[in-house]
Amino acid sequence: MSDNQAIAVEHEAHNPALLHHFSSEQQQKNAASLGMWLFLVTEIMFFGGMFCAYLIYRVQHFNAFAAASQQLSIKLGAFNTAVLIVSSVTVVLAVKAAEAGKRKLLVSYLVVTVLLGMTFLVVKGFEYREKFEKHHVPGPTFNFTDTFDDNGKQIPVNPKEAELFFSIYFAMTGMHALHMIIGCGLFSVLAVFAWKGHYTPGYYTPIENAGLYWHLVDIIWIYLFPLLYLISRHS
Amino acid sequence: MASTVIPANQAPASTTTNYLNNGHSLKSWLLTTDHKRIAVLYLISVTVFFFLGGFFAMLIRLELLTPEGDLMQADTYNKVFTMHGMIMVFFFLIPVVPAVLGNFLIPLMIGAKDLAFPRINLLSWYLYVIGVLLISHVMLTGGVDTGWTFYSPFSTEYTNTKIVEAGLAAFIAGFSSIFTGLNFIVTIHRMRAPGLTWNRLPLFVWANYATSIIMILGTPVVAITIVLVAVERLFHLGIFDPRLGGDPLLFQHLFWFYSHPAVYIMILPSMGVISELITCFSRKRVFGYNFVALSSIAIAVIGFLVWAHHMFVAGISLYAAMIFSFLTFFVGVPSAVKVFNWTATLYRGSISYATPMLYAFGFIGLFTIGGLTGLFLATLGIDVHVTDTYFVVAHFHYVMVGGVLMGYLGGMHFWWPKISGRMYPEGWAKLSALLVFVGFNLTFFPQFILGYVGMPRRYWQYPPEFQVLNVLSTAGASVLAVGYLLPMIYLLWSLKYGPIADANPWRAAGLEWQAASPPTTFNFDETPVVTWEAYNYDEIDANGHGGSH
Repeated sequence: MSDNQAIAVEHEAHNPALLHHFSSEQQQKNAASLGMWLFLVTEIMFFGGMFCAYLIYRVQHFNAFAAASQQLSIKLGAFNTAVLIVSSVTVVLAVKAAEAGKRKLLVSYLVVTVLLGMTFLVVKGFEYREKFEKHHVPGPTFNFTDTFDDNGKQIPVNPKEAELFFSIYFAMTGMHALHMIIGCGLFSVLAVFAWKGHYTPGYYTPIENAGLYWHLVDIIWIYLFPLLYLISRHS
Repeated sequence: MASTVIPANQAPASTTTNYLNNGHSLKSWLLTTDHKRIAVLYLISVTVFFFLGGFFAMLIRLELLTPEGDLMQADTYNKVFTMHGMIMVFFFLIPVVPAVLGNFLIPLMIGAKDLAFPRINLLSWYLYVIGVLLISHVMLTGGVDTGWTFYSPFSTEYTNTKIVEAGLAAFIAGFSSIFTGLNFIVTIHRMRAPGLTWNRLPLFVWANYATSIIMILGTPVVAITIVLVAVERLFHLGIFDPRLGGDPLLFQHLFWFYSHPAVYIMILPSMGVISELITCFSRKRVFGYNFVALSSIAIAVIGFLVWAHHMFVAGISLYAAMIFSFLTFFVGVPSAVKVFNWTATLYRGSISYATPMLYAFGFIGLFTIGGLTGLFLATLGIDVHVTDTYFVVAHFHYVMVGGVLMGYLGGMHFWWPKISGRMYPEGWAKLSALLVFVGFNLTFFPQFILGYVGMPRRYWQYPPEFQVLNVLSTAGASVLAVGYLLPMIYLLWSLKYGPIADANPWRAAGLEWQAASPPTTFNFDETPVVTWEAYNYDEIDANGHGGSH
C-alpha cells in the first residue's frame, strides 16, 4: 500500500487524469472498470425482462412464433450479425492501438466501428420498412395470413399470436437499436477526443470501458438473431 | 448518556473551513461533487417529498374518518392513494437512507475522500430531481389512478390517466437508484482505507452494500417493465394484452421481481443504522458480527426468490404458491437473526436512553410486529383470507414506517452533530420520538383488526361498523404528523441555536467520528490506517477517549 501511495504522490504532479479522491492511477482504473462491469450487469437484467417474456410466449405459442419468425429475412439478419462481429474486432484493435499509443490508428479503428454500427442500423431500417409494407407491425392495420410449415404440413396460426411475436420483435430489436445508436454516439465522441490526443498508453480507460459496452450490445444481438430469426428453420 | 458539548459562546466551528462553509453560492451547491453536500441536497428534496406524501396520507385518513364518501369522489380517492404510494415508495423510502445517510457516511466510515464516482453521484441527484418534476407534473395535470403497482391490463388499456408520464418518472428515479447502488459497490470494494478489511467494516456499510446489490440487479427489470407498459399504451404493442395472447400475470411477475426486493432496498439500510445505534448506546461490540453482516447479504439474495407471494390469489399454480410460501418463511430467518443479535447485544450492556436509542428500540419492536405479520401473509390459507385488506396495509406500514422511518430518524439524530456540527435539543427530541411511537401504533394497529374482520383496502367508503377503528387510526395519524413535524422544526432551530458538537459527542466507534464535525471537504487530513475491529467499545471506554487504538 505504501508503495502505491508513493507512486501516487509522484504521479499527481504530472497526470491531470488522476482525480483527487483516488490515491493511485491503478485504484482509479480498477474503480472505473468495476463500475463498468456492474453497469453491464444492469444492462443484462434490463434485457433479461424481455428475454423472459420472449421465452414464456414462445413456449405458449410456438407455432405462431415459428410462422412469424419465417417472415424475417435470414440474409439481412445474418449480414447484420457479421457486421457486428467485425465491429467487435475493430473495437479490440482500437483498444490495442490505444495501449500502444498509436493515435491515428486508434482514431481510424474508432471511426470504422462507428461506420459498421451505422451500417447495422441502416440495414435494420430496411428490415423495419419491409415489416411496415407487409402490415406486420402490431396495431390496427396488422395483417398476418401465413401458416406454419411443419415439414410440409401447413398448420394455420392465430394472427393475434403472430402479432404478439412482432410486439416482442419490435420491443427487443428496438431497444437493441437504441443501444447501438448510443454506442455510435459514444464512439464518435471518443474518436474526437482520441484525435485531440486525450488518451495515452497510461490512460485509455474510456476506450476500454466503451469497448466493454459495445461487446455487450453485440452479444445481445448474437442471442437475438437465432431467437428471433431462426425459429424452426430446419426444413 | 451525557454528550460532550462545548458551550456556544466558545464556538470554534465558524472559524474553521468545513464542507458546509466551503463556498456559499448556489452554484457551489448545485454543481458540487462532494458526497456530503449531495447528501444534504437529497436530505432537502426527500424531506419535501415526505411531507407531500404525508399530505396525501392525511387526505386518505380524513376521507376514512366517516363511512360515507363525503370528502372526495371515488375517482379522486383512487388518485390520492396512488400519489401517496408512488411518492412514498419511489421518491422517499427507496432513496431516503442510502441517498442521505449512506451518501454522507459511507466514504467517512471507510476512510475515503469521496465516493468512487462523484460526478455520477451528482447525476443521481439530478435524475431524482427530474423524476420529481415529472411526478409533480402528473400530480398537477390529473394524476394516476392505478395504485403505485400499475397493474395491467387496467394500466395498459383502460385507464385514461397519465400512466406514461408517471411511469417515466419512476423509470428515471430508478436510474438514480441504480447509479447510487453502482457507486456504493465500487466505493466499498475499491476505496477502503488501509487495514479496513471486510471483517472490520461497520454494519451500516455492509447493509448498504447488500442494498446496492438489489438496486443494480432489480431496478433494471422494473425499468424495462415500465418501458413495455409505455410502448403498449403508445404504439399498441401487445406484450401484456390478453387479447393478443399476452399475459397480465407476466406483468405482475416482472413488477414484483423488482418491487418485492425493493422492500429490502428500503429496510436494509435502516437495519444497518440500528446496528450502529444499538452498539453505541449499549457500549458493546455487536453480538455475532459475522452473522449480522452476512444476514444482510442473505436477505438480499433470498429476497429475490419470494416475489410471487404478492400473487397467491392472482392465478399462479398451487405448487408455485407453496414454493414461494416456503421461501418467504425462509427470508424471515436472516431478519430474525438480526433482531436476536441486537437484543443479545443489549444483554449486560451499559444502556443509555438518548433519542437515537429510543428510535432503535421502536424499530426493534415495530419491525418485529411487521415481520411476524409478514409470516401470517406468507401462509397460503391466511393470505387468501386477508389479501387486499387493511391487514396487508397495516403489515407493510409496520415495516415501511415502523421500520424504515424509525431507523432513518434514529440515524438522523445520531449523525446530526456530524452533519450539522450542532446538537439537537434532547428534550424535544425525546418528546417527538414518543409521539411518533404512540401515533404510529394508534394509526396502524387498528388496521390489523380492520383487515382481519374484512375491510378491503383502496375503498373510499366502508360499512358503519368499521368506523370506531377508522377514527382511532385517523386520530393516530394526526399525532404521527405532529411527531414528524417537530423534528423538522427543532433540527432547523438547532442549525443556529444548538450547542456546538465536538468530533465525537457519543464517544462512538467508527472512522466517521474521527473526522471533524462537520467534516472538511476531503473528510480526513490524511488517510486513516485501521488496526482495530469494528465496535471496539471495550477499548474506547477503557482508554477514556473516542476513536480507536
